[in-house]
Amino acid sequence: MPYNPSAYPIIDHDYDVVVVGAGGAGLRATFGMVQNGLKTACITKVFPTRSHTVAAQGGVGAALGNMAEDNWVWHMYDTVKGSDWLGDQDAIEYMCREAIPAVRELEHYGVPFSRTPEGKIYQRPFGGHMRNFGEAPVQRACAAADRTGHAILHTLYQQSLKYRAEFFVEYFAIDLIMDETGCRGVIALDMATGQLHRFRAHQTVLATGGYGRAYFSCTSAHTCTGDGSGMVARAGLPLQDMEFVQFHPTGVYGAGVLITEGARGEGGYLTNSAGERFMERYAPTAKDLASRDVVSRSMTMEIREGRGVGPEGDHIMLHLEHLGADVLWERLPGITETAKIFAGVDATKEPIPVLPTVHYNMGGVPTNYMGEVINPKSGKPDDVLPGLMAVGEAACVSVHGANRLGTNSLLDLVVFGRAAALRCKDIVKAGATHKPLPKNSAEMSLSRLDRLRYSKGPLTTAQIRKSMQRTMQNDAAVFRTAKTLKEGLDKMGEIAQTLKDISVTDRSLVFNTDLIEALELENLVPCALSTIAGAEARHESRGAQAHEDYPNRDDANWMKHTLAWVDDNYAVKLDYRPVHTYTLTDEVQYIAPKARVY
Amino acid sequence: MVELSLPKNSQIKPGKTHKAAPGAKNIRNFKVYRYDPDTGENPRVDTYEVDMDACGPMVLDGLLKIKDEMDQTLTLRRSCREGICGSCAMNIDGRNTLACLKPIEECSGDVKVYPLPHMPVIKDLVPDLTQVYAQYESIEPWMKADTPAPPNGERMQSPEERAKLDGLWECILCFCCSTSCPSYWWNGDRYLGPAILLQAARWINDSRDEATGERLDNLEDPFRLYRCHTIMNCTQTCPKGLNPAKAIADIKMKMVERQG
Ligand SMILES: Cc1cc2nc3c(=O)[nH]c(=O)nc-3n(C[C@H](O)[C@H](O)[C@H](O)COP(=O)(O)OP(=O)(O)OC[C@H]3O[C@@H](n4cnc5c(N)ncnc54)[C@H](O)[C@@H]3O)c2cc1C
Ligand code: SF4
Ligand code: SF4
Ligand code: FES
Repeated sequence: MPYNPSAYPIIDHDYDVVVVGAGGAGLRATFGMVQNGLKTACITKVFPTRSHTVAAQGGVGAALGNMAEDNWVWHMYDTVKGSDWLGDQDAIEYMCREAIPAVRELEHYGVPFSRTPEGKIYQRPFGGHMRNFGEAPVQRACAAADRTGHAILHTLYQQSLKYRAEFFVEYFAIDLIMDETGCRGVIALDMATGQLHRFRAHQTVLATGGYGRAYFSCTSAHTCTGDGSGMVARAGLPLQDMEFVQFHPTGVYGAGVLITEGARGEGGYLTNSAGERFMERYAPTAKDLASRDVVSRSMTMEIREGRGVGPEGDHIMLHLEHLGADVLWERLPGITETAKIFAGVDATKEPIPVLPTVHYNMGGVPTNYMGEVINPKSGKPDDVLPGLMAVGEAACVSVHGANRLGTNSLLDLVVFGRAAALRCKDIVKAGATHKPLPKNSAEMSLSRLDRLRYSKGPLTTAQIRKSMQRTMQNDAAVFRTAKTLKEGLDKMGEIAQTLKDISVTDRSLVFNTDLIEALELENLVPCALSTIAGAEARHESRGAQAHEDYPNRDDANWMKHTLAWVDDNYAVKLDYRPVHTYTLTDEVQYIAPKARVY
Repeated sequence: MVELSLPKNSQIKPGKTHKAAPGAKNIRNFKVYRYDPDTGENPRVDTYEVDMDACGPMVLDGLLKIKDEMDQTLTLRRSCREGICGSCAMNIDGRNTLACLKPIEECSGDVKVYPLPHMPVIKDLVPDLTQVYAQYESIEPWMKADTPAPPNGERMQSPEERAKLDGLWECILCFCCSTSCPSYWWNGDRYLGPAILLQAARWINDSRDEATGERLDNLEDPFRLYRCHTIMNCTQTCPKGLNPAKAIADIKMKMVERQG
């Protein structure tokens, strides 16, 4: 049944820029825009300080060299190597160079970083961060105890208040407004009142975070539902490299909450059921501080080969007790508490049971290093879609390639949030008049909203979500085989079709979280589908994709980005675009692929 | 003006009972406050029989199980499920806390869940926090310094200076404290309350900030600061183990000191 538009009156707004999302990336973009004199709205489905960035623990990467000699070129090398050569080196160069001023800027804004005895920002070791092109671990992760994300997110919100940025809090963005020229803005629902709003803008910036909730067990928050990717897919645009899902080695067994890699950075180590420090076998140099994909695979190997811990032999132990209570309470207070609450373990005395857990999405909306969304056309793999940008975990710049290094996400947020603002300064004229919108600008949002609101099928949102999460957890896991991927792809296709059978019980428009969860599920499904489709098609192992039937990296055929289009019937179409095998400036040389050993 | 008479809708009626699936052996009753603004009816308390054999350990796990499996209309805020985002603050078993950190085991008898007290309720367990957010903004919680920051380095801060921020910067703005403070209940429009004052203290104690005088001037007011009567509810309830009462006492000390 078609909906009745008069049931949904709309309030119109005109802005130079509208940012969707108020995590680290969205906030940095927002006040950067305001600083540049652009009239900017920031729409967010949760109050800014409740965004998932708040949960980041270990640190933000920058070669400040506060603890020992460091160099942003080494940071770049580590990032390229971590990415397993799927990262775009122009963007990686930009990020690692800008890291140093970006982190200092955070300090100037007031981030309460931990300090060295001489009063500088304290830096700790982190997985994959090495000195002198892979020689030995270096202390590069700038930390505020083990609550770095909290420190940064609150500070960025404070700066946004300082610049009097305009927030629309607990507004849920439903869909983009598109016309033949590109993106024209976004439609959002004020959750508290049910009022609809139409935001017209010269640039729309998606900063909506990741989609960890496509999986059953993840470190991500309930709100990490890939809304930006869902909107982009419905707008007929591709998603990039979605098969690369990072499993963090140390999620708390059972609860899934994270124990930061900084715990191993401070000297923690992993053991199997024999009490052996098995990482020494898999990564003789970096050991427990090897890259995340490597550690997660090693742990999974140990468990599979019967050396897992516990009655089911299904987890691994993380030891911190040897560090002593003082160090734990000073440097890792948050995770000491987390271990107590979620594992019932006193980390100062006993090891913590852990398991590789879904943590980060390397894939997302493809962009260039200025934040502009890419809409590749044949022969023009880097064409920009006018009016749309993406930053943060929602985006795929790609600086993380096939595997993100720890601390490089918080860095990505501030560097590319700022880059988007700089770009808008150049391409948006403050106060420029807007062309009229197409007549049907709200059509897609309203018809979806109305259809879901009155849906009365046999399945609940929770039931469909759980089928999706189980399928992804089982069939697109740390290790993948042609068989599981094919089965998983078919199953996901069937699950996507059950979205027709959804039912929403709450018909109200006031704070209707039943409806919001249904809208979120419609965003998660295209994320899940493109993830498993991309994985099934990629016949190699690279970074987070460990394919048992194709155990080696295949640069000749597969050093390319996957593009996935998901259509209205949830059919996935794949294509590829080249990795940028060049740097941004002459200051550094392109780093050619080689074997990845830690 | 504050409303000292009981607001309308304050009378709570018993509500519906949602039965556990047949065969559930280990049932715990959740008694949950419900308010639906669309009906205009008075709030009620619904009872949910939750099967503890298929439920996570925390109150949030129970509430989400209810929402997923028993009653999709139950409305609450949640995000991180690990006590860091401050979304799921509510009144559980008579105390303000975070549902995601509160073990069901620790509740006595039925698990009684209400929204944060003395805040307008939007729906069910979702309070309207507009006022506290505006109060947060009113203390101008950002770094103020006239001395320009070094262009190629950080502002120096010794570990000892930095330690003065511990116990202040970790606040997650959940407002469990403010909504447990009787002074805030009755004067919330003018008294800033413990959460916001703790934030004020966070900036007053930051060695890098140069606006201490201005910040103290801003609080020098019979209501904004001095409505705290050291009742200590705030500190007892803070789910992050912070001590807003002490932070407030410290600000008062600084006020006295500067009068010299
Ligand atoms: C437990 C944990 C620890 C981590 N630790 C580290 C670390 O130590 N170092 C590091 O570098 N990285 C770390 N990460 C990764 C990093 O925290 C995240 O990748 C990053 O915070 C994502 O930030 P973001 O700004 O892109 O998105 P988020 O912080 O997730 O914010 C998304 C924003 O978008 C808004 N939004 C989403 N959908 C909509 C919609 N439909 N309408 C309106 N608004 C919407 C939300 O309200 C929110 O404001 C960690 C991640 C986890 C899970
Ligand atoms: S100590 Fe002050 S702020 Fe805390 S509850 Fe008592 S009156 Fe309120
Ligand atoms: S002081 Fe504690 S209770 Fe109060 S808002 Fe902060 S974290 Fe919550
Ligand atoms: S859900 Fe984030 S604090 Fe409880």
